[in-house]
Amino acid sequence: MSVLPGPVKLGSQRSVLRLPILPSICTVVLLIAVAAALTAPLLAPFQEGEIVTQPFAAPSAVNWLGGDFLGRDVLSRIIYGLRVTIGVGTGITALGFTLGSSLGFLSAVIGGRFDQVVSRIVDALISFPSMMIALVVIAGLGSSIPVLVLTVGLIDATRVYRVGRALAADIVVRDFVEVARLRGEKLGWIIFHEILPNTAGPLLAEFGIRFTYAILFISALSFLGLGVQPPHSDLGLMVKENIQGLMLGDYTPIYPALTIALITISVNLLVDWYIAVVKRTRR
Amino acid sequence: MYMPLLIAQRAAIGVATLMLVSLLVFVGTEILPGDVATAILGQGATPELVSALHVRLHLDDPAYLRYLHWLGNLLVGDAGQSLVNRLDVGATALARAQNSLILTCSTAAVAVPLSLLLGLIAASRPNSKVDRAISAFSVFMISIPDFLLAILLVTLFAVKLGWLPSIARIRSSYDLFDWLRVLVLPVTTLTFAVLPHMARMTRTAVLEVLETPALEMATLKGLPRWRVLVVHALPNALGPIANVIALNLAYLISGVVVIETLFNFPGLGRYMVDAVTIRDVPAVQICAMLFCAAYIVLNLAADIVAIVANPRVRYPR
Amino acid sequence: MQAPVLSVRDLCVDAVSESGVRTPIAKNITFSIQPGKVLALIGESGSGKTTISLSAMGYFKPGCEMKSGSIVLDGTELCGLDHRQLQKIRGTRVTYVAQSAAAAFNGALKINRQVTEVPVTRMKVAKTDAVARAEALYSRLELPDPRGIGRRYPHQVSGGQLQRLMASMAMISEPRLLILDEPTTALDVTTQIEVLRAFKRLIAETGVSVIYVTHDLALVAQIADEIVVLRNGEMVEHGPVEEIIHRPNAEYTRKLIGAAHVMPEKVEPRGPIKVSASPPVLELQSVSAGYGKSPVTLAVRNVSLSVQPGEIVGIIGESGSGKTSLGRIVSGLMAVQSGEIRLNGTALRQGIVNRSLEQLRDIQFAFQMADVALNPRHTIRKILARPLQFYFGLKGKALQSEVEHLMYLVELPKEMLGRYPAELSGGQKQRVNLARALAAKPKLIICDEITSALDTIVASTILELVEWLRRELNVTFLFITHDISIVAKIADQVAVMHRGEVVESGATAKILGGPSHPYTRLLLDSVPEMRTDWLDNVGAKTNVVLLKSA
Repeated sequence: MSVLPGPVKLGSQRSVLRLPILPSICTVVLLIAVAAALTAPLLAPFQEGEIVTQPFAAPSAVNWLGGDFLGRDVLSRIIYGLRVTIGVGTGITALGFTLGSSLGFLSAVIGGRFDQVVSRIVDALISFPSMMIALVVIAGLGSSIPVLVLTVGLIDATRVYRVGRALAADIVVRDFVEVARLRGEKLGWIIFHEILPNTAGPLLAEFGIRFTYAILFISALSFLGLGVQPPHSDLGLMVKENIQGLMLGDYTPIYPALTIALITISVNLLVDWYIAVVKRTRR
Repeated sequence: MYMPLLIAQRAAIGVATLMLVSLLVFVGTEILPGDVATAILGQGATPELVSALHVRLHLDDPAYLRYLHWLGNLLVGDAGQSLVNRLDVGATALARAQNSLILTCSTAAVAVPLSLLLGLIAASRPNSKVDRAISAFSVFMISIPDFLLAILLVTLFAVKLGWLPSIARIRSSYDLFDWLRVLVLPVTTLTFAVLPHMARMTRTAVLEVLETPALEMATLKGLPRWRVLVVHALPNALGPIANVIALNLAYLISGVVVIETLFNFPGLGRYMVDAVTIRDVPAVQICAMLFCAAYIVLNLAADIVAIVANPRVRYPR
Repeated sequence: MQAPVLSVRDLCVDAVSESGVRTPIAKNITFSIQPGKVLALIGESGSGKTTISLSAMGYFKPGCEMKSGSIVLDGTELCGLDHRQLQKIRGTRVTYVAQSAAAAFNGALKINRQVTEVPVTRMKVAKTDAVARAEALYSRLELPDPRGIGRRYPHQVSGGQLQRLMASMAMISEPRLLILDEPTTALDVTTQIEVLRAFKRLIAETGVSVIYVTHDLALVAQIADEIVVLRNGEMVEHGPVEEIIHRPNAEYTRKLIGAAHVMPEKVEPRGPIKVSASPPVLELQSVSAGYGKSPVTLAVRNVSLSVQPGEIVGIIGESGSGKTSLGRIVSGLMAVQSGEIRLNGTALRQGIVNRSLEQLRDIQFAFQMADVALNPRHTIRKILARPLQFYFGLKGKALQSEVEHLMYLVELPKEMLGRYPAELSGGQKQRVNLARALAAKPKLIICDEITSALDTIVASTILELVEWLRRELNVTFLFITHDISIVAKIADQVAVMHRGEVVESGATAKILGGPSHPYTRLLLDSVPEMRTDWLDNVGAKTNVVLLKSA
């Protein structure tokens, strides 16, 4: 017999104040990244496309991180790139998560034919490595931000579907859901009152994990030159554009790559910490 | 017998999935109505030439006929011509696939045993210092983009120290040592791309087995720890571990695409990226089919291992 | 007096949480076992009985730690030995039989390999000799096909047989001490006696000393020489078995004996409080139902049953008898293959969605596991308020006072309304479970094994509550259980189910007083009685019936 976790009062003031050091740092990093993305035009010292120095110029007092392959300010471009990367990542995760979890929940609760059809479709899509789906669609439709968000969001939805369905399926068989069914409750009540409160924790963790995957995936596509297209720029594309600099002993491509890593590591560490907290309160 | 039936069923599902994949690949790449004939012949082509090519490539047929045509050709080994250089894309893709196979097999040879070892060590002493270190390392490595690690390695070993080549050029005259020099950096990067996932999932799979009453019983029987792990835990963990390995090949595939591009390695991944960039549809199709087939076959193999390792299936009541 | 095989002195064990908080789970435990004697550790859940028994192997579950004391096994002090030294003792000088053999056998290895593992790998016995020894043990434990059974995998063997195979595994290395941890709890009553009898004979023949862990006093009376009664990690009473069951000193022991699952001396004829002329609350006419598509495996076959208002009807049967399916059919959770179900004279339609709200309200269901029957994220208030809002549209003050009234009915303080299920004890949760059923003001409440997950003392208070509710509210109960002693205590009518069919039904006093069906007789004979010679005397006649029913 498995014991369901008791209520977790994460939001209460006490536990926020007691946030350990590592998760606090991660939170601060993420807050800074989001704030920078939101206020990019105000924050960035230079315009996104403005050529202000020599190609691959070394860092200086004016250009803190030096110049890129055209002589644009690297720091400013990272701030603008952050905007695209975080924006696209959020869009993908929001789409994938909403679609995947609602279909997953419905499958678990309704069951029968509906569950079988949706599950088989998802099985088929999952037997396709996600990079292949993305490349095939981009080969067919070309690469634009809406195509990227839709494609990667759909790929994400198949993964979230499995997690959401498994979580809900575990709850659906509990007797309290049968009690609700026997009472004559409607689908909406069963999903929102019986199942959702019992799956919120793992779903939140899954959201964080999906967000990092979305960012890594979109960055990889951009790095291949198949993601975000110029004149827009995201962090992955910045790495690609400046990669030749490496041979010349320039570090420009490392900065945007490190920025990506900083965000994804922060999210993953927060998720790990959260899972550990939920596990502990479960005992 | 029950087991051969089950395996046959899995194999049939694998074939069906591959058919489905072919359909999706075809629909995905041909979804836009852009004129292939014009694309091949260039904007300056005369209308006569264009319509002649239309007939030759069956471009005026309805979509389902074109699909069947393409699939039929694919089954007899004809993947079509490149829209760019008129070369047989099948032959090119197979040649490139060989290089990729060398790359992925070398990676698997390093990554699989290493991650199984790390996963087992972590699982045998859960929450110990070693376990925490492995888990922290895994989170870190999972979080960073594949290309960041590659860039850092290149900067250090190729640019700063000059020990290894930064670009994986391959010549037919290469001997084993040359190959090794070329492979070290890509294989290292790819290993780090799959290792943390695999180690983490192995740990979970093994822990799940270790926490069963059967394994507690083995300890209470006074068996030494190695015997508990090898004789009692391993047979039960075999199925899940095979699954973990197969699942993580998805990361290997996306990793291969990125890493081959970064190191200019002449493999299937880079061929595909180039083909996507210039919209060489037949090339994209054959590359996608080869990657998906490899993935499906490996998953099938994992399924079969799981079936064979489970006595409940081998000897039904 | 000989030197004891095991001597435990002032043993204290703590559970240590991840954050380092220590909670004692065994306090100052002292006892010893003489060679060839059986000592029973008896207690309810949380009494520390399993922890104490495992300490005899120097083993503590993850998260448990020995704080102080001494454990001397066969002259060796276990306290202070390291893992390797302990492993040398485990499996050879002291062995263990777990509660669920089905879980404790390794599913990936054949039985013989597991049974002979210790002698072959650690005691340098030749493989063929070890197998011969194992087969000899199998036949002594009356296992069928002793030469073949060991070549199978655990999943190919039944639960009762696995339990005996596990005993063979424990006895093959001829240990000085054998630990039996609730070895018959997971088994059906009729299988239980067979296994118990086999164990008893083996113990007598080999002269091994035994720690027998259980919650069942009547069972222990059959096999033990001495009893240690435990409660919350402390020893309540310690003495010879006859002393404890006939002249208990401690109040707690007396309570345990009072609540034990034994048949009452006499089953009083009972009936509904008020006999009314109205149609039966529930009527089943040759109902059959099953699982799977064609061909359907029938779980319930041709069952007819009539339940009068205000009655408590006991449905009794072992696992697989179809008793739980019957409850699910009536509630609408399971579809009927053929036959008809009538509620107050009106035929019920298939499935929940096709029944009217009124019909759904009239039949309420109380599940076995109160833990999973209550949503862990809802407060008790929300759990009880929801049916009131849903069926009667109650709001505000009216809702509030009705919820409080429900708490009064099930004898819970209204201060508990703000709590979550995890903050309640098992018995309290089961009361909330009943209160929620009552909230719908139903005609019929189906209780599916509502006491079987509870400790005996708590279970008997829940039974009292059910009887009181029936008297106060004139609610009808369908009481599904595997425990015939419960039926004897509270049911007016009883239906005995076996392999999907009702083999016998009628007034409880009549059926239990003079059963006409051999299976009912077998069930009755399988309930242990609170005297030490019961197992020896029940002997031959049950075996005959067993053969017939198998």
